[in-house]
Amino acid sequence: MLPFFLEVGAEEIPDWMIPAALEQLGKDFQAVLDGHKLGGTVTRTDGTGRRLVLWADGLIVRQADSEEIVSGPPKGANPKAVEGFAKKNGVSVDDLQVETTAKGEYFTFRRQVAGRATGELLAELLPDLIQKLNFPKSMFWTGKGGPKFIRPIRWIVALLGDDVVGFELAGVTSGRETFGHRRLGSRAAIPVTIAGYESALEENFVIVSSAARRAKIEREIQALGAVQADAKLLETLTFITEYPAAILGGFDASYLTLPKEVLTMVMRFHQKYFAVSAADGSLAPNFIAVMNIPSDPEGHVVRGNERVLRARFNDARFFYDIDQKRTLTDRVADLANVTFQAKIGSYLEKTTRMVALAQELGGEDAAAAAYLAKADLTTEMVKEFTDLQGIIGGLYIAAQGGKAEVAKAVYEHYKPLSMEDSIPSTATGQALALADKIDTLRSCFAVDMIPTGSKDPFALRRAAQGVVKILMEGELTPSLRELCAGDAKLEEFFVERLKHYFREVKGAAYDEIAAVLAVGWADVKDALARLDAVTAVRPTPNFEPVAAAFKRIKNILTQAGTLPEGAPDASLFNEAESGVAAAAEQAAIKDGGYAAQLERIAGLRPAIDHFFDEVLVNDPDPVVRDNRLRLLNQLITEFSSIADFSEIVTKSL
Amino acid sequence: MDSFQETVFKLKKYWADRGCVIQEPYDIEVGAGTMSPETFLRVLGPKPWRVGYVQPSRRPADGRYGDNPNRLYKHQQLQVILKPTPKDVIDQYLGSLEAIGIDLSKHDLKLEEDNWESPTLGAWGIGWQVMLDGMEITQFTYFQQCGGMDLDLCPAEITYGLERIVSFLQGKESVYDIDWAPGVKYSEVRYFDELQLSVYNFETADVEMLWEALKRHEAEAQRLVDGYKLVEDPAEKRRYPLLGAYDQVLKCSNLFNLLDARGAISVTERVGVIGRVRKIAVGVAQAWVDQEPFRTMKEVA
Repeated sequence: MLPFFLEVGAEEIPDWMIPAALEQLGKDFQAVLDGHKLGGTVTRTDGTGRRLVLWADGLIVRQADSEEIVSGPPKGANPKAVEGFAKKNGVSVDDLQVETTAKGEYFTFRRQVAGRATGELLAELLPDLIQKLNFPKSMFWTGKGGPKFIRPIRWIVALLGDDVVGFELAGVTSGRETFGHRRLGSRAAIPVTIAGYESALEENFVIVSSAARRAKIEREIQALGAVQADAKLLETLTFITEYPAAILGGFDASYLTLPKEVLTMVMRFHQKYFAVSAADGSLAPNFIAVMNIPSDPEGHVVRGNERVLRARFNDARFFYDIDQKRTLTDRVADLANVTFQAKIGSYLEKTTRMVALAQELGGEDAAAAAYLAKADLTTEMVKEFTDLQGIIGGLYIAAQGGKAEVAKAVYEHYKPLSMEDSIPSTATGQALALADKIDTLRSCFAVDMIPTGSKDPFALRRAAQGVVKILMEGELTPSLRELCAGDAKLEEFFVERLKHYFREVKGAAYDEIAAVLAVGWADVKDALARLDAVTAVRPTPNFEPVAAAFKRIKNILTQAGTLPEGAPDASLFNEAESGVAAAAEQAAIKDGGYAAQLERIAGLRPAIDHFFDEVLVNDPDPVVRDNRLRLLNQLITEFSSIADFSEIVTKSL
Repeated sequence: MDSFQETVFKLKKYWADRGCVIQEPYDIEVGAGTMSPETFLRVLGPKPWRVGYVQPSRRPADGRYGDNPNRLYKHQQLQVILKPTPKDVIDQYLGSLEAIGIDLSKHDLKLEEDNWESPTLGAWGIGWQVMLDGMEITQFTYFQQCGGMDLDLCPAEITYGLERIVSFLQGKESVYDIDWAPGVKYSEVRYFDELQLSVYNFETADVEMLWEALKRHEAEAQRLVDGYKLVEDPAEKRRYPLLGAYDQVLKCSNLFNLLDARGAISVTERVGVIGRVRKIAVGVAQAWVDQEPFRTMKEVA
């Protein structure tokens, strides 16, 4: 049994691609071990931007010998053919066997296949395995048509036990030599063994374990100040460093007069710093940076980063001051020159439509907010920090003496940005967010810009999902159908989004969702209440049998074709029919909410079962038959306001 | 402490010692060192090439009238092209930083993913922005395509932002405080370029004249690109002035930037004009590749 080790040394791989590449490397290598019966298990993958590393253990030295059965001509075949078959396999006819298969008797030859040495086999397979790692955007570096990888491969360590698994890839020959930290490690190649690999690299300022790097960063950050947990930034820093260390820097408190959103954005996104909180929760004039060297005894790195941040904050202040020279209200007219979408028109036109819609949905404040909502697109700050659109608008409205309600609505109007994000916190904000998203959807659908498959350049699915979430969780209750303004494709699109919401957020089953939406979806909160009731009552013993019975009734009614009009005549009822009618009257009581109503409907089961046991709907007497159809139709109509039971998938049918 | 010019000398010497031809800046206004024919045309085709040069780069929209300590209308890039890319290219690059006095054991250096694309040149590459103590000092790109064509060799392009590096080395908060030469500040050399050309670019450039000039330079470039296609005689091909056509492309690119800074190009027009410049840039590049064998042949007697 032998351990195996692989390190692919490359120029700096983008941090966010590394975890996925390592996962694939582990899976693919395990598949090679399994597929070629080499024994062994991948025990670990890990790495940094400059190395993808894999460890495996328990590989056998050589594949077991095996026997391969080669089938030849049938027993009765021409002797020449048999001879030819033997010759082709390099043996005489005497070496062949006759074996019985399902199709008859055939000549076969049992070829003895010698197992191959594991190292030799891996040397053949590894170049392909490495090259087949998927990266979002790969490059060639040895010339046109050369091998592609995410960044140039510069060295490869491949060891099976103590031996090198030798192969060549992109002009690099695998060996036992690795390289340390770019500037702190040895400038010469470092020979390693599998057991000594990590400690050899540690001595050369590379912490191979990403968990150890992450823990080191977390520990040091916590020692330096109070920061908000930021898993994404932590992950970036873990994979962009080989020997991370955190340092605390500061900036002049006068910059704290700038909006904290801007300061945080600069620190977080532009500089990859953690912002530090003061004791009262406000922003402290400090930041924490993570370097790729162990310490900064002379303070060079802190001073450098402080200088850069100062320049960035100065820029932000410059933008802020320039922006204040014109109010957002004055900027609205400029939106005529900002294209929303070439086929649809300018942001000024969009603004006009949004104002009307917001007025309808949320009144005066919402309309006032809609008028200003897009004006920040003309500010220097948003041109520089695009992700702050909306937020900057809200901050400027507040700074320019606008109404707090309006400012807040504009600030939050891009929300929710995802299914996890919260919706705008005020009714005015919800009205504005709805107006914005609905307008985008209507306009795009009107010019046939409809998402297909994975293509959704205008993020219309996200917009529609946002609308659904706001309607579900917010205070406003407009009809979703009316919001679609008669666009059938948009209605269909929204029904899909509703299904998605019910499935992903509420965890409901497909058939329950279909049953509820078949009855109606314009009032989304009502649809949700009905769905909750169906989900709650479904496990009770009578529910599915009743659903099955309803499906049966529906089939009968469909087969009957044109249904007789009017209510059933009770005087014609037999005992079973009277039983159903009486039970239906009881079940039709509307109090107690949807779940209680559903339970009562489920309670119809004994009466309906009895009815079908005793009664043949298609009675030879057309009067009796029509009366029965009337009774069943009434039943279906009466009890299909919560859900269409025929959509429920039941075991009994 | 080295002056601006001393740092430039050292970088040029460093790359000269590694086999680069040290060129002077191209003498037509460009937005970036990449646009110089030393890069744009030389990265095409199978011929190895190593070159380094400082290229003053004009970005009219970035002008700040000399008021902003970090933004300039015209900054200096030191551009290095290594074609094909040596295996130790990053070590060589790091060595250049050490050569100008940056002790990399005491500074934080990171290569952060940053791919480069120029729609007007039909060019793109894969690479990084090099961050030194949190400041971007270099753009490092492995060229993949230029003029819409895959490149035969895969050159590395190293673009140093000289003002940033030198203000870092000299510990200056403002570009204008940099010592250009001993006793001479950057502001003494460049301030009026920034002020007066900001005024020109933003306020007084004659929009109608710029549009007209753009149209005429574009037509001239197109005429030359079209004309090349009609030439059949090898000797005629060899002397056909594609370099003249490329100069016209550069003129167009700069005029586009001026019109943009002047606010004279609407968003809808923008895409169209970029497409027009791209068309002639790609046309020249393709013709240049076609002309390669004729340029290599000996002059016809």
